[in-house]
Amino acid sequence: MNVLTAPVATQAGRGRRSADLLRARELGIVLVLAVVFGLTTIKNPGFASRASVRQLLSGASLVALLGVGQTLVVVTRNVDLSVGSVLGLSAYLVGKLFVSHPHVPIVAAFAAGIGVGLVVGAINGLITTATRVPSLVVTLAMLYIVRGVDARIVHGKQIDPTSIPRSYQSVGFRTVFGVVPWLTIIVMAVVLVVGYCMRTFRSGRDLYAIGSNPEAAALAGVPSGRRVFWAFVVSGGLAGLAGALFLSQFATVSAVAGVGYELNVIAAVVVGGVAIFGGSGTVYGAALGALLLNTINQALVAAKVSAFWNQAVAGALLLLAISFDRWLSLRLQRIESKRGERRVLR
Amino acid sequence: MSSAEPGLSVDDSIAAHAELPLWRSFVRWETALLVALVAALLFGSQTKQFMTATNFFYIGINIGEIAIMALPLTLIVISGEIDLSVASMLGLSSTLLGYLFRSGWPIGLAMVAVLVVGALGGALNGLLVTKVGLPSIAVTIGTLTLFRGLAEVILGAKSVTGFPASLVKIGVVPLPHTRIAYSIGIFCVLAIVVGVVLQATATGRSIYAIGLQSEAAHFAGIRVKRIKFRLYVVSGITCAFAGILWTFRFATSRYDAGTGLELNVVAIVLFGGVSIFGGRGTIVGVALAAAVMACLQQALTLRNVDGQVRNIVTGVLLLVSVVVPNIATALSRLKARAARRRRPVTVSFAP
Repeated sequence: MNVLTAPVATQAGRGRRSADLLRARELGIVLVLAVVFGLTTIKNPGFASRASVRQLLSGASLVALLGVGQTLVVVTRNVDLSVGSVLGLSAYLVGKLFVSHPHVPIVAAFAAGIGVGLVVGAINGLITTATRVPSLVVTLAMLYIVRGVDARIVHGKQIDPTSIPRSYQSVGFRTVFGVVPWLTIIVMAVVLVVGYCMRTFRSGRDLYAIGSNPEAAALAGVPSGRRVFWAFVVSGGLAGLAGALFLSQFATVSAVAGVGYELNVIAAVVVGGVAIFGGSGTVYGAALGALLLNTINQALVAAKVSAFWNQAVAGALLLLAISFDRWLSLRLQRIESKRGERRVLR
Repeated sequence: MSSAEPGLSVDDSIAAHAELPLWRSFVRWETALLVALVAALLFGSQTKQFMTATNFFYIGINIGEIAIMALPLTLIVISGEIDLSVASMLGLSSTLLGYLFRSGWPIGLAMVAVLVVGALGGALNGLLVTKVGLPSIAVTIGTLTLFRGLAEVILGAKSVTGFPASLVKIGVVPLPHTRIAYSIGIFCVLAIVVGVVLQATATGRSIYAIGLQSEAAHFAGIRVKRIKFRLYVVSGITCAFAGILWTFRFATSRYDAGTGLELNVVAIVLFGGVSIFGGRGTIVGVALAAAVMACLQQALTLRNVDGQVRNIVTGVLLLVSVVVPNIATALSRLKARAARRRRPVTVSFAP
């Protein structure tokens, strides 16, 4: 997959101007989001109601959370396809924990979910970095293996809402001011923390360096293997957390929980401006991408467009988004090179 | 602007090939697959019903469409790209066939129309990858959603049945005088054609060249973009054809036909020894991989192993297929690193 991708945004953080460009990218998503929201509200005022907004936020939360982990991995020129399976396994195991020990503290339940994810993430990271096998293949294999293990454990049964404590379920449905679900607040906190770390800490900047140019990063002394390993561990851990949140949100878990999430997540991440071949993009963008895709889906419903159009529009939108991104980066590159020439002339 | 090659660089793989001792050239991935196939058959034969013609008919019928879709995907992956939209194209084709048939089109004409739509879908992928220059993994995740979405728009939650019995028969009876499923017969013919094209024609060799070093291939006068574009069109047509077979096998047309199969197809291609970075892989390997997967799955089914649990086998095979060939290189890398540590290193920063 040798596609020419060297977007200008690769130099993020090195200069103020390129940082501004990045911010502009997220601003673009916010604008599209506002337009979609505005137009739909004009057509159907109910779209701006509390219940509707709550649904927009809670529907996007899990994909946004998975998108955060995916961004860490994709920025290093890797990919994690196993997130949907990890979500399913973690959700079921946490549910099972409640079935066998009804009085487990909520924090312990979350920790268990995250733990499941961390283990799978560590396996992904170990195999990818130790044997230098393409992560696409490793995580595709883990997608199957984890789903298979999950099915083996579930064995045709499912977790029912009756066995999940009310207090745990309330994480999924209780809201602040009747609008923002706790679920979303947790996800937002994760987005902000990870976003800050990726921007500020050396290890975070290293991820971008690895993705922009692996050889250069290695020559510059970046411990690539260790960084990529931890990116996978974090992605796994967040997928585990997403599983625990899935349980609190739906309270019903069968063997098919989270099937097919991986492609939704990658779609959200790509729409959010994370370059699929590494080196650029932010977790804010990824989270906004998830929100945008969910908002468009709901908008189609609210605008009384048949629900059957959802997927087709989502697909077309994804293609438009990446085409536009490509066009933008080519343009910016042209502008930059012109500026460079002028500087040389001076 | 340089081409962004994830992970392993081309120089590495060429160097690795050049340094192979003679005996290693006999150790091919295809040989390992053959051994795996024998092992799968031995494992399967422990169940009574396994070594029967009927059982092999069912093994074939279950893998037929997937194996057919794996053929063009093999070419695409060898050229260094990927196509994740294959199963969605199968679904779109099945849906469209049902829709046109229900609207009163003669079934023959409807089939032609479906193949044309397959070509158009492939052309869309091809255009976005070659002309717009987008990463194929992102493009085909987009068209994966788009094609499935269009299928949903066309038929909604309805399904179409009542296809002519003579055609539906194709899906459920073997070829005359044999116990081979139609789809497997078609797969064999296509595999031979694709295999000959890949191994013995200039176009086929160009595909390897593109996968190894796209830029070098370009400078050598290979029309990289045109070939890639055509591969996507071929893939679209083939998957549409697989969709027609799928429709006849189930005698039903539904928008969700073959949902999620793309990963199975990719798994078979990669298990067949095709390098995800392009430039390496054979049709024989992919055909053997399909056979191994199909036999193992069926052997497990006969032992009443649940479908989802059988995924573990797919995953482990995939993992083994990429990790085992890399263990040798990983070890030599570790050794080299250890040697480097023992030697004093002088680094100069002079330009």
